[in-house]
Formats: sequence, structure tokens, C-alpha cells
Amino acid sequence: MDWFPLINSLRIAGISTLIIFFAGIFAAYYIAKAPKFIKGILDVILTMPLVLPPTVVGYLLLRLLGPRRPVGKWFLAVFDTKLTMVWWSAIFATSVVIFPLMYRTARGAFETFDETLAYSGQTLGLSNTYIFWRIRMPACRQGIMAGTVLAFARALGEYGATSMIAGYTPGRTATISTTVYQLWRTNDDALAFRWVLVNMAISAVVLLALNMLEKGKK
Amino acid sequence: MSLFVDVEKKLGSFHLQVKFETGSQVLALLGASGCGKSMTLKCIAGIEKPDRGRIVLDGRVLFDSEKHIDVPPQKRRAGYLFQQCALFPNMTVEQNIACGIRGVREKSGRAAITAQIIERMHLRGTEKKKPDQLSGGQQQRAALARILVNEPEVLLLDEPFSALDSHLRFRLEQELRSIIHGFGKPVLFVSHDRDEVFRLSSQIAIMKDGSLETIGTRHEVFGAPRTVSGAALTGCKNISPVRQRDSSHVYAESWGLTLKINGTSGGVSHIGIRMHDVKPCENADAENSAVCQVMEEIENPFSITVMLRPVHEKGGEMIGMELPKQDWAQIRKSRLRIALPADGILLLRE
Repeated sequence: MDWFPLINSLRIAGISTLIIFFAGIFAAYYIAKAPKFIKGILDVILTMPLVLPPTVVGYLLLRLLGPRRPVGKWFLAVFDTKLTMVWWSAIFATSVVIFPLMYRTARGAFETFDETLAYSGQTLGLSNTYIFWRIRMPACRQGIMAGTVLAFARALGEYGATSMIAGYTPGRTATISTTVYQLWRTNDDALAFRWVLVNMAISAVVLLALNMLEKGKK
Repeated sequence: MSLFVDVEKKLGSFHLQVKFETGSQVLALLGASGCGKSMTLKCIAGIEKPDRGRIVLDGRVLFDSEKHIDVPPQKRRAGYLFQQCALFPNMTVEQNIACGIRGVREKSGRAAITAQIIERMHLRGTEKKKPDQLSGGQQQRAALARILVNEPEVLLLDEPFSALDSHLRFRLEQELRSIIHGFGKPVLFVSHDRDEVFRLSSQIAIMKDGSLETIGTRHEVFGAPRTVSGAALTGCKNISPVRQRDSSHVYAESWGLTLKINGTSGGVSHIGIRMHDVKPCENADAENSAVCQVMEEIENPFSITVMLRPVHEKGGEMIGMELPKQDWAQIRKSRLRIALPADGILLLRE
């Protein structure tokens, strides 16, 4: 059994989770402080990928990043590389899809934070950076970790947008989900079933971790 | 050492407008909840930004709307003690205190300062504990320790006792009193508990609806409050609007009584009399006396409050009289004559 799809899925999910961890937290932090009107608009835009079908996300990404589209064309001219149909193309897809999960859970966690703690830190002379990383983040740890796990799990399972932007090339862009589809399509039922089992095992571990985090909350 | 505050801030329909100056003493802001006491402290600390005004601490301008000066809270050196103590929940008592240490970088020096203040604040044995493992009193002492090592130039105490049980309150109050009296810099103390305020402060400012009504020494403010809210906040329960009869007599509308007052009635809109200044009276010709029906007897731990209604007045309000239990036991009856001595009558303005 060729384990490439597993490794590829894990690295795509890992990298996009890492990026979205920071992007989601900072978006949540600054948008929570924004004026109501701007907050409402940004909220709709940033949560959109959660409710859009992944194929629509894939379509929009292709319109932006495809080799004949503005960003993709520019990138091809400058770096001589296409942004689509390589293994890391999938990172664009998974990042967009999991962003709302991270953003919304982080915002929920920040909203329960007692601002008095930040105020007392400020009056004691602690820098805002210190207060953010050493007081606010630890206090919101559980919520943010739960958001991260959820985002990672969702990134692992991403199929629609990924298959559109990265395609399926065995040994190059294949992920678990695209492999399962491909094997089923080519009537390789036995191997497809093995990948299904692998996928279910990973999901079980992730959900177990999520449950343990929730228990830690109490 | 002095603190000058002149700030204005609008928040919806609420309008904060206070101006005062205080030296190295304890100034209490006394007022009902929502009157802007905490908001005033937050403006001084830099947590809230006033719309207009100026704040100067010992010659240092902390805020000046005209010159666009707004020193960040980190550099104001205002020690703010919150009602909920605001200890960082993820850190131990020791780490919380070390957070506040100013100026000392090397480890041994910081440890020495921490150990010293832990000793002084009677926190020994709690060093490695998290805030949620401490009692309410210990939490507040740890928060105070953290502020003291921060070497503040002004102390802002925002209802520091209100989350505590009454027996803990009194002990913490005693400890706090010795600390703030040795502090030698301005202290602002916010509370709605008049007893606490009287015991802890030398100056008292009465706040109402965002404005400073009266400011004076504690004896002035408690002895002769000049406003209705001042009288109510210092614990006067019997207050009635009045109409002038002549220069030394007023008619108290709530009780239907014409009363002799000391001083002139000009400009007086209300009178008040504290419940312990209302006295039982034998003499039918006595000044400011009236026969009353006993409506209710309320037993306090060490005294009795008798609620009375003048018999000639059908729908009037009740007058409260507070007296020692044994005194009431001797004269107890359902109808009796009481006197409102002119000496005890507070002349008030709206």
C-alpha cells in the first residue's frame, strides 16, 4: 500500500491549520473590537466559506489563482510556477474552508474573556503583547484548542475544493479523500475500503482529542 | 503629591462630569451604583477615555484633550484594585505578584521583593496556589500585594470589599486602612457602603448621575449633608419635601407636620432626620412633636426600628425611629408621642 496520500493529507492539513491558527485568532481579536457595522460585514464575508459548497469555493479559487487569471498569471510570470495542480495548491482550498471554524471558535472564546484581567495587566504596566499571549490566550486556551482540532479535522476531510484546484495525480497531489473517490471509481473496492478505514481511524482520534478537551473545560 | 481631575464623558444618555483635586489622603467617592464612580477611576487609570478634560498626577499630565495627551495605562502608574480582584487565573500567587514588580530585572531581587510582600500581606503558604484556590480575602490581599510592588503613584480602590463576607470585610478593611494610611500618596476609594467610607476616608465626595454634588471632610458630609442624595447616601432614611411656613418653620409634606428648624428656611426643598435622632416624648407641648400610630416594629441585631405614622395624617408616609431594644421594651405601646428635635433636622436641597 502506497502511503503517499496519508502523508500528503497530513501535511496539507497541518500547514493550513498552522496558518489559519494565527490568521483566525488575529481576525477574531481585531474584529471583536471593530465598530458594529464593519464587524457585521466582515463577519458575513469571513463566515461565508463555512456555508458555501466546497465546489463554489474551488471555482472562486480557480478564478483567482488559475494560470490565466490575475494572481496565477502574475505568479507564473514572476516565479515561473503554477499555483494550481501542485500538492500545495490544496493548502489554499483547505485554508479557505477551515478559516471560519477557527475564526468563530476563537471569537467565541475571546468574548467570554473577562476584560478586567486585561485592564489590570495594563495598569500594572504589562505590554499589550504580553497580555495577549500570557493572559488572554491561556484563559481562552480550551476554546482555541477545540477550534484548532476541528479545523485540522475539517482540513483532512476536504474534498471538493481540493480536487478542483489540486486535481488527482497519484504520488503528487493525491490526498486520502481524492484517493478514495478515485479507487471507487476504478472499481478497486478492497483498497478503497482500506483507505476508508484509515480515514475513520484518524477521525476517531481527532474526536477523542476534542472530547478530552471538553472534559478539561469542566 | 496631588491629583487633579476634570473630565467629561458621554455614554448614551449618561453624562459624566466631575472635577476635583485631592492630595495625599483618602478621598471616597460615594454614590448609588451606576452614578459614574467606577467610570471616574477608569478615566484616571486610562482604561476609559474621557471626551474632554484634563488629568494631572503630581505635575505629570496624564490626559489633556486640548493638547492631545493621552498617556497609555501602562505608563500612568495608577494602582487599580478591582472588585473582582482580577488576579491572572493561569498564574500562581507568586507569579501574579512578580508580574507587578517594576524596575528589578534579576531573579534574586525579584524573588526577595515577592517574599517580602507575601510576608507583609500574610500570604505565606499560598505562594504556589492558583487564585481559584484562595479565599476571597486572600485573593484581594494578593491583588493588593501585586499593586504595591508595582509602586503606584495613586491608588484606585474600586469597591474592594463588596465580594466578601462581612466578617472578612472588616478584617481586610483594617489591613487596608494601615496600608493606605502609610501610603503617602493620593488614594481614591469607591464604595456605596457609607460605614466603610466613613471609617476609611478623610474626604468624601457625593456623586449623583455622573456629577459631583458635594465634597468635604467626612464629618462635614455626614454631619451636615446639604443635598437629598447626600443625606440618603449617608444613611438618612426619613426625608420629606417641605413648603416654607416662615423663616424658621417648614411644613413637611410627607408627614403633614409643621416643624421648627434651626437656621433659615430659604432655599430648603427637603428636610431629613436620621432614625436615631427621632425620640419618644412625654410632654404634650414639646416642640416638633406629634402623636403617632405604631405601624411596624423591625428588630435589628442590637436595636429596634419602629415605623410610625402621625395619627392626623391618613395617607402620609411613615417615620422611622431607631432605639435600643431595652428602651423600647420599657415604653412599648401602639400609640405614642414622638419628637423631631430641631437639632437633628437636616436642611436639604434637591
